[in-house]
Amino acid sequence: MEVSSEYAVQMHGIVKRFGAFTALDHIDLDVRKQTVHAILGENGAGKTTLMNILYGLYKADEGKTYLYGEEVGISNPTEAIRHGIGMVHQHFMLVENFTVTENIILGDEVCGTAGVLDMGRARKEVTKLVEEYGFEVDPDARIQDISVGMQQRVEILKALYRGAEILILDEPTAVLTPQEIDKLMEIMDGLVSKGKTIIIITHKLKEIMRSAHECSIVRRGKYMGTVDVAQSSENDLAARMVGRNVNLKVEKAPAHPKDVCLSIKGLTVRDERGIEQVRDLNLNVRAGEIVGIAGIDGNGQSELVDAIMSLAKARAGTIEVKGVEVQNTSPRKVIDSGVATIPSDRHRWGLVLPMIVSENAVLEHHGDEVYGKGIMLDYDKLRAYTEELVSQFDIRPAGCEEERISGLSGGNQQKVIIARSVTHAPDVLIAFQPTRGLDVGAIEFVHKTLIAERDRGVAILLISYELDEVMDVSDKIAVIYHGQIVGEFEQGTVGEDELGLLMAGGGSQ
Amino acid sequence: MDKVVLLLGITLMYSTPLVFGALGGVISERSGVTNIGIEGMMVIGAITAATTSYFTGNPWLAFLAAGAAGAVVALLHAVASVSFAADQTVSGVAINLLAPGIALFSCRRFFDGGATTPIVTKLPKVFGDGWMADTPWANLNVNVSTLIAFLACVIMWFVLYKTKWGLRVRAVGEHPAAADTLGIDVYKTRYVCVLVSGVLAGFGGASVTIGIISQFTPTAIAGQGFIALAAVIFGKWTPFGTYGACLLFGATQALTIILGGGQSIIPSSILAMLPYVMTIIVLVLFVGRSVAPKADGVPYIKGSR
Amino acid sequence: MNVLIKFLKRPVASSLLAILLGFAVAAAILATTGFNPFETFGTLFYGALGKPKYITNVIIKATPILLTGVSVAFAFQTGLFNRGGEGQYVRGTSCATIVGVTCNFPAPIQIPLVVLSGALGGALLGALVGFLKAHFGIHEVITSIMTNWIMLYLCNFVVSTEAFHKPNSNTALTVNPSSYTMVLPQWKMSDEGIDYLLKVPWLRDILLKTDLNFGFVVAIFVAVLAGILLTRTKLGYELRAVGFNPEAARFTGIGVKRSVVTCMLISGGICGLAGALNITGISPHTITTLASQEGYGFNGLSVAFIAGCSTVGCIPASLLFSGLTYGGMTVQQMMGVPSEIINIMIGVIVFFTALPAMAPKIATWLERRKKARQSIDTDANAGEA
Repeated sequence: MEVSSEYAVQMHGIVKRFGAFTALDHIDLDVRKQTVHAILGENGAGKTTLMNILYGLYKADEGKTYLYGEEVGISNPTEAIRHGIGMVHQHFMLVENFTVTENIILGDEVCGTAGVLDMGRARKEVTKLVEEYGFEVDPDARIQDISVGMQQRVEILKALYRGAEILILDEPTAVLTPQEIDKLMEIMDGLVSKGKTIIIITHKLKEIMRSAHECSIVRRGKYMGTVDVAQSSENDLAARMVGRNVNLKVEKAPAHPKDVCLSIKGLTVRDERGIEQVRDLNLNVRAGEIVGIAGIDGNGQSELVDAIMSLAKARAGTIEVKGVEVQNTSPRKVIDSGVATIPSDRHRWGLVLPMIVSENAVLEHHGDEVYGKGIMLDYDKLRAYTEELVSQFDIRPAGCEEERISGLSGGNQQKVIIARSVTHAPDVLIAFQPTRGLDVGAIEFVHKTLIAERDRGVAILLISYELDEVMDVSDKIAVIYHGQIVGEFEQGTVGEDELGLLMAGGGSQ
Repeated sequence: MDKVVLLLGITLMYSTPLVFGALGGVISERSGVTNIGIEGMMVIGAITAATTSYFTGNPWLAFLAAGAAGAVVALLHAVASVSFAADQTVSGVAINLLAPGIALFSCRRFFDGGATTPIVTKLPKVFGDGWMADTPWANLNVNVSTLIAFLACVIMWFVLYKTKWGLRVRAVGEHPAAADTLGIDVYKTRYVCVLVSGVLAGFGGASVTIGIISQFTPTAIAGQGFIALAAVIFGKWTPFGTYGACLLFGATQALTIILGGGQSIIPSSILAMLPYVMTIIVLVLFVGRSVAPKADGVPYIKGSR
Repeated sequence: MNVLIKFLKRPVASSLLAILLGFAVAAAILATTGFNPFETFGTLFYGALGKPKYITNVIIKATPILLTGVSVAFAFQTGLFNRGGEGQYVRGTSCATIVGVTCNFPAPIQIPLVVLSGALGGALLGALVGFLKAHFGIHEVITSIMTNWIMLYLCNFVVSTEAFHKPNSNTALTVNPSSYTMVLPQWKMSDEGIDYLLKVPWLRDILLKTDLNFGFVVAIFVAVLAGILLTRTKLGYELRAVGFNPEAARFTGIGVKRSVVTCMLISGGICGLAGALNITGISPHTITTLASQEGYGFNGLSVAFIAGCSTVGCIPASLLFSGLTYGGMTVQQMMGVPSEIINIMIGVIVFFTALPAMAPKIATWLERRKKARQSIDTDANAGEA
């Protein structure tokens, strides 16, 4: 492609190697001025690496970068900022206990004499920006007290404050609710109309279709071409991204629910600050069905899971597993009563990263007599069991039983968790955000496994912030809002709009 | 009245080295580097101050030299923990091993094999002289390092909370990757903070050997560095909170001394436990889970965000 | 070259490299302060290994720090930093002395009783630190430092009490001889024993001039046992899981608070055992008024870190530490080199073990250089062809 000032960003022939591994193999990218340009690719395809090069966090081994037709060499973020590039990382780069204003001015502070901060003036400048772009953000709020959507707007403000003309958004919708995504789309439209250029990195097709003008596709570090979004379809993009035709619809037979396995009645849970996060919640899950809970992050989902696992105290109400009350016992008792969990954050709750794969494969069940008599733990048995899991669930690399689990990819780590949950034949499976951060292939696998377990007669409670996932996989959909179930539907009897409204606290029961 | 002023005087005297050490801990940990080596840096400060004062007769020069020596030791810790991403606890323990060795080794070289230095010139006293001399206030006869410690606390508070450098230090200690993406040099910031912590710890050592006593002995610094670290946690990583914690520790020490004077019904060894028992009780009652800077003790490796 | 690269990638290489650097730095300091480093090191080795008596003493002095080292390594592997080994050691000595003075059973009952009471004393103190951490969130480093001082003064208090004070001394009463764990304590003092020993000079040296005792055997046993406990049992598995990721451990049904207390109980017990074995094994078989910390706990840290926090690795590390410090005394006596040079050396060794990435980094560098040279070679060959 010709180098021209019509393009805000052009990167030609970019090569980046990490040791023997070639992360980017001659990638081209041409981003027109004042457009939203999507970069599509699976996790690990190299899209974030490419943007980190543009932002000066990594140095390319080969290739050239042009901004508005001029060749530039950007070797650190400071230079990128000076060239008018701003980046919003997937994991927000915000100091939690700082205020919004402090986060925005950090590194480019408003000062009086001798480096003394002038917070009054800083606040005014931030307020001006907030008003100019119509963001609803309180400049004095602390990051830890504001919603994820608002935190993202603070990140965008950080870039705008530094005079960014080109904005890179890395997986911007991964953590947002449908309503927040709408708001983000509005914000992006507003920015483009004010002359900014936006690059979004994503593996979500829907958002590309909604927001982007053009889309460049990256697969395993290679450039797969650029398409005009208006001329393309979701299935077309997906096939280009994965390299084969993928089935975006979840295939499953109708459910045959049996007895109630998990029964929650009048459950009330408070968080650490004493605020009721779950109030008088009622829910039943039968053997052989998947009940999905749709809801925006922070509406009591974590507290609900904690209460089921006896990690949080149930102030009122009961939780019964196969007719036995388990609330306020201990995680051990709950597990022994037949409950398995796929936690929402595998690194935080699901795995012990410095331990080897086979040690992680028995995390909930290491005490079972099968894995060693009495006080001893039999590592040969552990290994044999794990070998079976590795082949049955296609965990890669093969033969990884004695490797540290931190060396496995996210998808394979998740497979270990799911494998250990389902092979111990639970009666109830709690799947909390089971596909978070996984690529298309791995998501397909997780969904298939959940449905297979359902068909084996397991009662499955699926809790996800991804509305599509809940709608596609669940047999029954329950909406949680402010710690209560505000609607229950059979699959296929309800639309996205109605659910979205309920999730946001609107509509009527 | 006499007793109260005496208590206050001893409290200030004993808390001064703790204040320096603890402020050193605050600045280092606020930037994300655990500094368990404060004790060792204080030992080096102590020997340097005594030796310099002996040879030059100038306690002010000795005080500054102690700060410089503390910084040199801190540099070791900075290289290990910032550049090499080493285990900061182990590095700190190593410094605590090295420092007394170096201190005693040099003491023996300089003073004919002796483990202590001769008596040296001390820092001047403030209060207590002049009009106070014959009043009960004479017991408030603290040396000038007590004032410097208080001043250091005020300055650190101002820098941390009112200037851009403070904002940056706090950001680096909480979320180094965020600071890095905004063009703040995480490594440089941490180096500077660890060095400053060394300077302060060095001052702390000096405030013992040319402030409280007037020579270096192998037991001049015996655990103050560790108590200072307790004060950092107790003071929730803030300069004034930490200052208050040091005063409290100093006060328990003073109380022990005053209660131990004369005919005491409590055995002296039981009395000597008091400061330590009180520290634990205070921590149990009032502190609970205090929250350390998020990145405290976590080496920052560029690119692993 | 390949062997070297492979070796450098193993964890033990880091420790050996650090030891080498310790000697190098010490040599530099010695040279600049006017001592001959080679002569000094020669004397050091002689002082540690030159006579059977020396070797025996090195082993005797390695016993307590092997145990305090194992205690630290054990806790470290489960995510806890036991800085309280000193206090737990002192608690062990005090408890062993109290029981050893009060009770007087035949040796087969008395010895286990005295030793276990010391271990129990240390264990309970450790458990207290663990309890304060688990239930009040107070950092174990702070509480263990405080308990170190409290135990020191408690020990002094025991010495000063009427029931245990030995008149006109600064020590407590000696424990009853049935508590002794030396090798053949009665026989070596009997006429028959002395007659025999006169004929075997090396054995005489070892038995009569030192307090050779069974402590080191017990300590090795404990080191191995602690290693097995950590890596081959369900309890060890739980303790490590809690240490690495308490949240995940809690989520998967492991009692985190209980684990923290258990770990500190075991860690403290090992230090207490060290104290008890020193009372039963070496003279004066009692506790003395302490003016400052004796350093057993602190030296345990060094031993553990030199060993890379492997409990079994503590065995050679404790012998090294003990050999250096014991040999250092000879260096001071014979050459006038301040024995603190040994502390510096050990400090340097520990400092470099804090940089675990060092040896593997050198390995990668060597590898890269080798590859570069190979490619030059092949290029050259290609050119010739």
